[in-house]
Amino acid sequence: MSRVYLFKPFERFWHWSQAALIIFMLLTGFEVHGTYSIFGFEKAVGYHTIAAWTLVGLWIFAIFWHVATGEWRHYIPTTDKIIAIANYYSSGIFKHEPHPFKPSQVNKHNPLQRLTYLAILTLLSPLIWVTGGLYLFYADWAALGLGGLKLEWVATGHTLGAFLMLAFLISHLYLATTGHKIYSQVMAMITGWEDLGHETK
Amino acid sequence: MSTYILKAVLLAAIFTTTAVHAAPDAAHAKLVRSTADHSKFKALNRTFDSGPEVTKACLSCHTEAAKQIHQTQHWKWEYTNPQTQQLLGKKHVVNNFCTSVGSNEAACSSCHIGYGMKDDKFDFSVEENVDCLACHDATGKYKKPSGFAGLPVTKDTEFPPGSGKIIRGINLTEIAQKVGPTKRTTCGACHFNGGGGDGVKHGDLDSSLEAPNKELDVHMDVDGNNFSCATCHKTDGHQVPGSRYAPTARDKEPAHLRGKAQSSNPATCQACHGQAPHKEAKINNHTNKLACQTCHIPAYARGGQPTKMSWDWSTAGKLDKNGKPFVEKDEDGYDSYMSIKGDFVWKENVKPEYIWFNGAVKYTLMGDKIEKGDKPTQINHFEGSATDGKSMIWPIKMFRGKQAYDPVNKSLVITHLAGNDDTAYWKNLNWDKAVAAGMAKANVAFSGKVDFIETESAWPITHMVAPKEKAVGCVECHTSNGRLEKIDGIYIPGRGSDHAPWLEIGGWVLAALTLLGVLFHGLIRVVVNERKS
Repeated sequence: MSRVYLFKPFERFWHWSQAALIIFMLLTGFEVHGTYSIFGFEKAVGYHTIAAWTLVGLWIFAIFWHVATGEWRHYIPTTDKIIAIANYYSSGIFKHEPHPFKPSQVNKHNPLQRLTYLAILTLLSPLIWVTGGLYLFYADWAALGLGGLKLEWVATGHTLGAFLMLAFLISHLYLATTGHKIYSQVMAMITGWEDLGHETK
Repeated sequence: MSTYILKAVLLAAIFTTTAVHAAPDAAHAKLVRSTADHSKFKALNRTFDSGPEVTKACLSCHTEAAKQIHQTQHWKWEYTNPQTQQLLGKKHVVNNFCTSVGSNEAACSSCHIGYGMKDDKFDFSVEENVDCLACHDATGKYKKPSGFAGLPVTKDTEFPPGSGKIIRGINLTEIAQKVGPTKRTTCGACHFNGGGGDGVKHGDLDSSLEAPNKELDVHMDVDGNNFSCATCHKTDGHQVPGSRYAPTARDKEPAHLRGKAQSSNPATCQACHGQAPHKEAKINNHTNKLACQTCHIPAYARGGQPTKMSWDWSTAGKLDKNGKPFVEKDEDGYDSYMSIKGDFVWKENVKPEYIWFNGAVKYTLMGDKIEKGDKPTQINHFEGSATDGKSMIWPIKMFRGKQAYDPVNKSLVITHLAGNDDTAYWKNLNWDKAVAAGMAKANVAFSGKVDFIETESAWPITHMVAPKEKAVGCVECHTSNGRLEKIDGIYIPGRGSDHAPWLEIGGWVLAALTLLGVLFHGLIRVVVNERKS
């Protein structure tokens, strides 16, 4: 049985606090959207705003950490073995074939993860941040030279981001169960150590 | 023991001295509110047989008062809207309550601040015809009974003659000697009774505002701010600002500052509260689209007095089995049917309707072409839209009626309602005669045919401001089918009708497919695992 140390303490803290904030913001955001009522509209708006600013703060630290440690390199996209990995998830996994990708400290994410996370960091997150920021500073649009902007566009963009994030969350939660054991990847994000099973050299 | 007594005596002495010192101050403060005691004025130490005699006495000191009054809308009952150039005022408009002053002056002018307006021949240039007491009575005893052309009755009088009903005379000397500033009750004597009775017309003005608590009106609260009407309707040279003929729908001026010349309407909320009155920026953001009243007046007719919501004149004229006019009451004891007036609906605690309003009001006046159609005729159309850059979302009372009109000339009509004569509708219940008489008095062409047409009149809701804790909550508008469901042209977060259907459907389909996909994938893993083991 081989184990590999993948996730440093800050990374784990970042992951879980970000996860909690995103889930909470989906919950409050869809309430603001009018999908259901849990906290009441007014409180939902307040919580959503506080969570948003908290996440901004977290991101400032996370960006600094990624730059300072060079960890940003884990998100450089690659197509290496991408077909093999797609084949693994669509058939190999059912036949207990070994995963074609072995994570290591220098290469934590498989190519599919790299592409997904990169898309989230560079496409989805900016969509949510920009529309959310505009939402927060609605009163200052004219002063910022954005008088022609319509709340409808901003809100629609923000909602689109929310649906995409929801779809990501569902698939991410499931894919976390596809490690060596059903809980191996979750444990990796808790302890830092991932159990890769015995077939590794 | 003796030391105790000594201490007690000393303490008592201290308290007594303090009390003696304090007492004259308190009495003094009470006395200096006014510099004039009108009961000491020679001009008022006499018997007054009529209103104009009192006015002459007033004018002997207040030499310019009548000239000021002569300039006002309260006196002229006439107003030219500078924006639309429409000639308005009580002399000219036709509404869907008692419809018109024309031909009914003797009754209506009990709410004119003048003496003797019995018909359209009233001389508006006579100074002693100004009624000072209507607004400045401090005793609450001043009355101008309907039918006396705005004159008070000073001797017991049988009215209508031969009816056996006695109207008690009032003592004008006592009233004249105790005059004071206007109060909620003096303004309210007319404005609380608009439409012919308590609370009938406005919904946000009724007798409950004579002594309201904080819950009903945070500004007029008798135990708190205790505003009079004139605190906001800050009068200058007898000109009372804040008329709804040309309302200020959107006030972007700063709060008024003492000593600084201000040209904006002093009766708006902003004139005191400014442009950013809330602690939370998110709430202040709302002031670019919402009138303050929209959130701060959650309902009107909240003081226990209901207001009329609709009035159907077309059912008037029924007689009981004895051939007499009759009255029916609703479960709360308010008239729901009167032979002389038709059917009414009264309501309390009414949620306003909401509209875009830019301050422009277009009246349907005598002679304007009206037609029966899908939509009721707008007595006074409040203009506005989401896109004109001038409109705010306002709360209104929409009063719905069905009233007489001339179906041939396609015009509203003037109906002679009140009067002790053969043509008055309230006397003989004959529409043809009453309308013919009204139209003849007004000198307007009438086809001789009377039909009934549905009408609507809009009344801005601006009084009965609730304490902030009772303001309309966010979710009452930020929801589907909320208070602002019918407001178009803006995106309201939380309102389903604003959502893009492609995104609502697409988004949930994406989430559902993702979930199904992973569940299916997981199921295969489980099944395969079971087989292996």
